[in-house]
Amino acid sequence: MGAATMGEIAQKIVADQGLVLAFALVGALMWGSAAISRYLTAGRIHASAIAILAALALAWWGGVLTGGKKGLADVPGLAGLALMGGAMLRDFAIVATAFEVDVIEARKAGLMGVIALALGTVVPFAVGVGVAWSFGYRDAVSLTTLGAGTVTYIVGPVTGAALGASSPVIALSIATGVLKAVLVMTFTPMVARFIGLDNPRSAMAFGGLMGTVSGVAGGLAATDQRLVPYGALTATFHTGIGCLVCPSIFFLIVRALA
Amino acid sequence: MAIYGTALLALCTLLGAALGELLGVALHVKANVGGVGLAMLLLIAAKGWLARRGKLTPGLRLGVEFWALMYIPIVVAMAAQQNVLAAVEGGPMVVIAGVTAVALCFGLVAVLGRALDGRHGGRNDG
Repeated sequence: MGAATMGEIAQKIVADQGLVLAFALVGALMWGSAAISRYLTAGRIHASAIAILAALALAWWGGVLTGGKKGLADVPGLAGLALMGGAMLRDFAIVATAFEVDVIEARKAGLMGVIALALGTVVPFAVGVGVAWSFGYRDAVSLTTLGAGTVTYIVGPVTGAALGASSPVIALSIATGVLKAVLVMTFTPMVARFIGLDNPRSAMAFGGLMGTVSGVAGGLAATDQRLVPYGALTATFHTGIGCLVCPSIFFLIVRALA
Repeated sequence: MAIYGTALLALCTLLGAALGELLGVALHVKANVGGVGLAMLLLIAAKGWLARRGKLTPGLRLGVEFWALMYIPIVVAMAAQQNVLAAVEGGPMVVIAGVTAVALCFGLVAVLGRALDGRHGGRNDG
C-alpha cells in the first residue's frame, strides 16, 4: 500500500513537473561534469564540454532505448528536456547573451562575418554534393538535397521538400546535418587553440562558417562562454541563407553540371 | 524589477522572430532568416538606449542576465535530445560528408582569423 502510493506520487510528479524535473536533472549533470573536470582533468577540459558530451552520449542511449528521434527526451518522464532544450528557450537564451556583446568588436568583424557566411554555405554544400556523387547519386534533386543537408539539418529537408526529393534522401540529408552539429559540439573545444578561436572576431568567423546554430551554440559554450554571442550572431543567418540559395541558385548550378 | 528585463528580452526575441519570418516571406524562403540575430541587434540597441537614459537598473539587468547564464544548461538539454543514434548510424556517406565539411570549415576559421589579423594586427602599429 505504502509503496504503491509512493509510486503513484512519483509518477504524478514526473508527469506534472516535466520542465522542473529537467532543470534538476541538467543541474545534476552539470554538477557531476564540474567534479569530473576538476578532479579527473585538473580543469583542463571545460565542465560544459564534459556536460555536452555526456548529454550527447545520453541522447544516443535514449535513442537505443526508445527508437525515437529525440534522444533522451523520448524516455517517458524526461519529456521536459525537449521543452528546456527546444528551439524556443534556446533562442531566448541566445538572444540574452547579446546583452554582453561589445558593439565595436562586432562591427569590426562585419565584413568578415559576411565572407564566413558565404564560405560556410558554399564549402559544405560542395562537399556534400561531391561525396553524394562519389556514392553514385547522379540526379540533381538528390545531389542538391544531400549537399544542403551538409549545410545544416534544417536546410537539407527544406531543400528536399522544395525540390521533391525522395524520403530516404531527405533522411540522409538530415542525418548528415545532425552529425555535423554533433561533430562541431564535440570537437570545437579540442581544436579551438589550433584555429585561433579565442577572440570575438574569430568567433564570428566560426559562427558563419560552421553555421548549424546548435553546433555553434554547443561548441562555443564548451570552449569559452564569452564568445557565444559573437558566434551566434553570424550563425543565426546561416540556416536562412542556406534555405534561400540551396533550392534555387545551387540547384540550378548542380542541374547544369550533373 | 527583474520582469522588465525578461519582458524586454521577450519583446526583442518576438520582434526578431517576426522580422525573420517577414524576411523569409519576402525572399520566398521556407525558413526564418536571421530572426535570432535581428533579435540580438534589437537587444543591443535597447540596452544602449536604456543606458543613455540611466534606466539600466540592476533589477532589469538581472532579468536578462539570468537567461544568458541559463544558456549553457539549456544547450546541455538541447544536446540530450539530438538524434545522435541516426547521426552515428547514417552510414559511410553521412560520416564522410559530415567529417570532411567540418574539418574544412575548422581550417577556414583559422585562415579567415589569420587574414584578419594581418589587416588589423599590430604590424602597422609597431
